[in-house]
Amino acid sequence: MNAQIEKTAAAADEAGKSIPMNMIQSINSGLDVMLGRDPNCLIFGEDVGYFGGVFRATEGLQKKHGLNRCFDAPINECGIIGSAIGMAAYGLRPIVEIQFADYIYPGYDQIVSEAARIRYRSAGDFTVPMTIRTPYGGGIFGGQTHSQSPEALFTHIAGMKTVIPSNPYDAKGLLIAAIESDDPVVIFEPKRLYNGPFDGYPDKPVTPWQKVEGNLVPEGYYTVPLGKARIAREGADCTILAYGTMVHVAIASAEAVGVDAEVVDLRSLAPLDIETIEASVKKTGRCVIVHEATRTSGFGAELSALVQEHCFYHLEAPIERVTGWDTPYPHAFEWEYFPGPKRVGAALKRVMED
Amino acid sequence: MASPRTAPDATLKNSRSLSLRIPEPRFRPGETADFSSMEIPEAGETPRPAVDTAAKDMRELAYGLIRVLGKDGRAVGPWDPKLDVTTLKRGLRNMMLTRAYDDRMYRAQRQGKTSFYMKSTGEEAVAAAAAMVLTREDMCFPTYRQQGLLIARDYPLVEMMNQVYSNGKDPMKGRQLPVMYSSKKDGFFTISGNLGTQLPQAVGWAMASAYKGDDKIAAAWIGDGSTAEGDFHAAMTFASVYRAPVIINIVNNQWAISSFHGMAGGEGATFAARGVGFNLPALRVDGNDFLAVHAATEWAAERARSNLGATVIEHYTYRAEGHSTSDDPSRYRPTDEGKLWPLGDPVERLKQHLIQLGEWSEEQQQSLHADLVEQVRAAGREAEANGTLHAGDRPSVKTMFEDVYEDMDWRLIKQRQELGI
Ligand SMILES: Cc1ncc(C[n+]2csc(CCOP(=O)(O)OP(=O)(O)O)c2C)c(N)n1
Ligand SMILES: [Mg+2]
Repeated sequence: MNAQIEKTAAAADEAGKSIPMNMIQSINSGLDVMLGRDPNCLIFGEDVGYFGGVFRATEGLQKKHGLNRCFDAPINECGIIGSAIGMAAYGLRPIVEIQFADYIYPGYDQIVSEAARIRYRSAGDFTVPMTIRTPYGGGIFGGQTHSQSPEALFTHIAGMKTVIPSNPYDAKGLLIAAIESDDPVVIFEPKRLYNGPFDGYPDKPVTPWQKVEGNLVPEGYYTVPLGKARIAREGADCTILAYGTMVHVAIASAEAVGVDAEVVDLRSLAPLDIETIEASVKKTGRCVIVHEATRTSGFGAELSALVQEHCFYHLEAPIERVTGWDTPYPHAFEWEYFPGPKRVGAALKRVMED
Repeated sequence: MASPRTAPDATLKNSRSLSLRIPEPRFRPGETADFSSMEIPEAGETPRPAVDTAAKDMRELAYGLIRVLGKDGRAVGPWDPKLDVTTLKRGLRNMMLTRAYDDRMYRAQRQGKTSFYMKSTGEEAVAAAAAMVLTREDMCFPTYRQQGLLIARDYPLVEMMNQVYSNGKDPMKGRQLPVMYSSKKDGFFTISGNLGTQLPQAVGWAMASAYKGDDKIAAAWIGDGSTAEGDFHAAMTFASVYRAPVIINIVNNQWAISSFHGMAGGEGATFAARGVGFNLPALRVDGNDFLAVHAATEWAAERARSNLGATVIEHYTYRAEGHSTSDDPSRYRPTDEGKLWPLGDPVERLKQHLIQLGEWSEEQQQSLHADLVEQVRAAGREAEANGTLHAGDRPSVKTMFEDVYEDMDWRLIKQRQELGI
């Protein structure tokens, strides 16, 4: 995973030593690095201050950097996002946490009508370098209000950048790139991956990230550019387009059914790395798209249309989508809802038959 | 006219730099909470205006504290609802049963029988008293901390547990996170996990009753922290503008997960005082005083039933335990803060009142407690026989696709087939 680090001496110097971290630690480290580097960075959100956040992503930051660098917010997502917009327009780089993606909707108007359009409507007079971090996705028995994957509601907004990491290294590098972006960025953090990778088999014990081979995260500053996908697994037979938790499920599913799939970890949905997608699908001639979100108008619909537009003459089978069902996320039926290895594997077999 | 000023640039320049204020609670872990500076009016001190008093003529109620039970357990003053002994005992029993239920379900979560649980310990009076004032025809729009409403309405504990376990008999068919109950026939609106959303809905329900010329009212509850949400302000505006027959209860239990009430603006002003700006009558009540909550709710209900519109009630109480099973309050507040809370415990206080009346004893208290614990245990056994989250019967997976719409469209039918059921 370290391949992305630019090999210049200066960059290596800034990145510093690499150590094993889980995703919460790497996010915490990214926030810590940026609070240290840039006095215009500040963090706020519900329970993020003294307590350090319900997932502990901001633990210790208030103590280290001061009360007004990392502090609690009233329970008002509209206020959190709206005030971050004001701060960002002033010249700060606010990083706000929305406790669960399921609770972002009260702030949606501020994102859609304001954050995403301020640059455009002021002809560049004002900009909004704001970062929203929010845990998303299922797999923790959170019921319908702690499990949603609403990314498509954000990729549909012109002017918003939407980012989803799948591992600790990317989570930190993308976070720093998002903070430094002069556009508003929303980062959906797959909460099921905070402690360790999850391949879709709920009964298997979680391997902590610290024990995952090659999972090393630089302690210092580095970025993972927004808009660059990563080949998570090279393969020749079929391309799987995935992001977040589903990257791991995709790899495990391909291996379970013995399909030599190339798994593309999109990392950033907007901007989207169409070149990597196109090159992979043209190489394999087959494409399965997976996401946890509900199917209808999900990001898979966009991906499917793009693959069709860019790769039609290379396709040897219809594009498949494996997604969450078009229902709310039910508490008891977590694993029937979750598009696990069984369903992904079945789709892989279907596309390989054609 | 005043004399002309010099160049505005010079006069308006800030002479010193601003600084950003971040509120912090007075006590953190490792410190000892000290509530000696808290202003607590004596029981009986706060006047009781007539139910038809104009909001503007009773503003001081938003800053006072309606208290009926004094330190000696006596009921005093104009707000004493003068309940008969049977009702008092019923209130005590409702609160104690809620507490016993909470204790058991909390342990069940710890034993891995479900994913999550939330207790209402220390604030049982808020729901128990309201449930005894309102009728079943009045719709309650609760948060996750008013399980006491259902319990006071004799909703079967087994059904509640079935929901918490998402088991084969779960009335919510396994769809909802534990504690997100719903029972229309008991006047209990389906609970949302999204904070504050129930408030404008309650106002709308009340408006509908008025529109239809019915006699039902609505009541809603919201936490101190959640009053920060826009939905709260929407509800207050609509309730005031349309004079909706609704009671807006703010449960100020001092904490919102790790954030103290000051993070919702409760340091300098009371939560009840928010009613003032909306021209709504606002009562601030000792939420650990069953009689005070009962009396205030009666006042507000009578006002709503008389077509005089909405009332705001702030229940001043304390969240005695963690926010939920996912929380560890020792990380952000002193562990003894709850014990030092000057308004005591609602169960203890009502018990003391009954004893003082000569109608109750410590022995009766203990035997009632044992009875209720046994009731809960029996219900627990029955519910667990219907399954728990990870063992035994579950709702049929097929039902996962139902109730998304009135009728299943082709997509859902196809998706259900795809799942192979
Ligand atoms: C819209 C929304 N934002 C955030 C949350 C996460 N959350 C759940 S409970 C809670 C604290 C609520 O505190 P309060 O309103 O005081 O009620 P209490 O828990 O004290 O009863 C928070 C922040 C949520 N459920 N919904
Ligand atoms: Mg609270």
